[in-house]
Amino acid sequence: MDPTSVIGTKNKKGQVFTDPRIMMREAPRTPSFYTGSEVIKEAIRRASIDVMIAYPITPQSEAAALIGELFAEGYIGDYFRGESEFAVMSQCAGAAFGGARVFTTTAGPGTMRAMENFPMWAGARLPIQCIVTCRGINSPLSIQPDTIEISYLMQTGMLVWHAETAQDFYDWILMGYMVSEEPEVHLPLALCCDGFFVTHTKDVVDLTPTDMCLPPYDPYRSPVPCMDMECPPVRMMRDPFIMKSNYISYATHASWQQEVWAAAERSRKHTIAWLNGLIETEDVDADVLIVTSGTAVSQGREAIRLLADEGIRVGLVKIKTLRPWPEEELKEATKHATHIIVPEFNVIGWMAKEIKATIPRSERVIAGPRVCGGMTMPPEIIVEEIKRALGVRSGTLAGRG
Amino acid sequence: MSKERIKISPDLYDIMPSDYQDLVSSATYGKEDRGWKDIGTSKELIEQHSLCAGCPESMAFRYILASLPNPEDTVMVGSTGCTSLVFPMVAVHNIHSLFGNQNAIASGLKRALSVRFPDRVKDVVVLAGDGATVDIGLDMTLQAWFRQEKFTTICFDNELYANTGGQESGLMQKGFVAKMAPVGKLFDKVRLPEIARESGCHYVVNCTVSKPSLVEKVVRNAVLIAREIGPTYLQLYTPCILEIGKNSMEGLQEMRDSEKPTERFAFKEYISEPAKQLLAERDAKAKEKKAAAKQLVS
Repeated sequence: MDPTSVIGTKNKKGQVFTDPRIMMREAPRTPSFYTGSEVIKEAIRRASIDVMIAYPITPQSEAAALIGELFAEGYIGDYFRGESEFAVMSQCAGAAFGGARVFTTTAGPGTMRAMENFPMWAGARLPIQCIVTCRGINSPLSIQPDTIEISYLMQTGMLVWHAETAQDFYDWILMGYMVSEEPEVHLPLALCCDGFFVTHTKDVVDLTPTDMCLPPYDPYRSPVPCMDMECPPVRMMRDPFIMKSNYISYATHASWQQEVWAAAERSRKHTIAWLNGLIETEDVDADVLIVTSGTAVSQGREAIRLLADEGIRVGLVKIKTLRPWPEEELKEATKHATHIIVPEFNVIGWMAKEIKATIPRSERVIAGPRVCGGMTMPPEIIVEEIKRALGVRSGTLAGRG
Repeated sequence: MSKERIKISPDLYDIMPSDYQDLVSSATYGKEDRGWKDIGTSKELIEQHSLCAGCPESMAFRYILASLPNPEDTVMVGSTGCTSLVFPMVAVHNIHSLFGNQNAIASGLKRALSVRFPDRVKDVVVLAGDGATVDIGLDMTLQAWFRQEKFTTICFDNELYANTGGQESGLMQKGFVAKMAPVGKLFDKVRLPEIARESGCHYVVNCTVSKPSLVEKVVRNAVLIAREIGPTYLQLYTPCILEIGKNSMEGLQEMRDSEKPTERFAFKEYISEPAKQLLAERDAKAKEKKAAAKQLVS
């Protein structure tokens, strides 16, 4: 089936399958005051999802349950609660192997429990979308926001995007399927956000019309066969590669892995078109730049405002996609900067490490401030970091109460 | 799909691999009464395998593939192990993803196929070893049964981890000395057929694959009941002759010895009440058809 052939027709809920470019860019938007979890529901209402599989874990449980309501209303083909994140991600894989458009959500320890599945998704070229509402994975147990799980996801072969706001979330869920399902991409997407900060806060989000939805997924545009016995079967290979210890086997595995990463590279042009670039910049001719992703960007914006009051000009680079990594864009955006401040919500500073490995003169990168374990990041600590870098004296933050 | 769907363009016929030509000309897709007797006269859905010489698992594979009632619309799910050496050479769509997640994959797959093809029969059959089914994947095996997922689970029970070199498994007999059971296994063979019954399976069989006609019967029953009612489970003894110290030609005898009435693979079958009714209706229809054909001849 050619998905364009259904454009203009209605689904069983009366929504019109709409050209995604018209739906996302031209259709009227309605400002709505919703929590991040409700925004996920509203995006999924318009995403023509065949199968959603849910499992409770804070802070994604509300979104996962709200999508159950969509199933009860008839917007989703099938929905059930799996028994663990490992099982859920395998169930998602089974559904995607069978040609369904699949959606799921997870967080923190759930991401880690499911981890074996993610490289398998990428290797099997399954364009599943998984919302990751990041939270701590450490022991002692924490349910609070922390982005450390993203650093693991970045090595799986999946596309990894990091939303700053609920508006990003809304748009990127829908655009994410368009990028993921491109035949030359056909990879899973981990769409990450900072748990609680985005999921449990209310924000005004401009929604597309309720009566418009994405065209359905066409599994026959996949670069690998859909497992539905609708196309002629034949044995898939002469020898299984798994047990062969020879050069051909190694070369096959190597080229397959390289192809997964090449597919992620090929997603660039589609992502740039949909997201209007892999990064977003403001005042990059300033001496000092804040470069980060997620809600650390929002805190950076506040810090920039505070510093502007004191006459210190700071620019901003918001990184939207972590895979593919915006290497050239970052080199270009940071070329004038003398100090590159990287605020992060995790203990290891994976973002700063990535940036250091990307740009020339990496000593310009200041890997902080960093908070973790659920701490908030007051803009003042970003201000403090910048002033320290510039050699500007400032009052101590300690003892503020 | 049916055989009609795999016709080769005449212009391309001569460049197609011979096994594909054979699949088109003499496989049994769409044949209503296909079964183990087709072996030797029709193209099998398994092209070849790289299992050990005389491996009972290879026999089981051939009997099962010959017996699937609807291979043209069947998708199989495997797991890691010796079965994953065979599946790439099977002419039925099949999925290998991870070790132990086969019943989770099958759950998602069956639901996707039901959403995409609401008016057609699409059977899903899981085929995995005992390590995958009972040890690492037990949670997902049971949960699929609790949820009444409509697919068949077949376990090739060789009572150990064969592919990794003969380590202890949950289905191993108590006392057996193996790798990772250096003083002999300390606990009993897991009673999965009984657990399957209690977990909601509508058809459970425990047997060996010494008799192809029996394999055909239980596979057909299991797939039909899973399609119409709910989960079904077959536990088939496929001894790993290598790891139990037997020769290539001794696999069949090992199975015959193990299926004696007092042995652990004596034929056991559980059929739920709705499944009994379904099988009775099927048998009545077959009888009716046979009688009508007989009348036509006379």
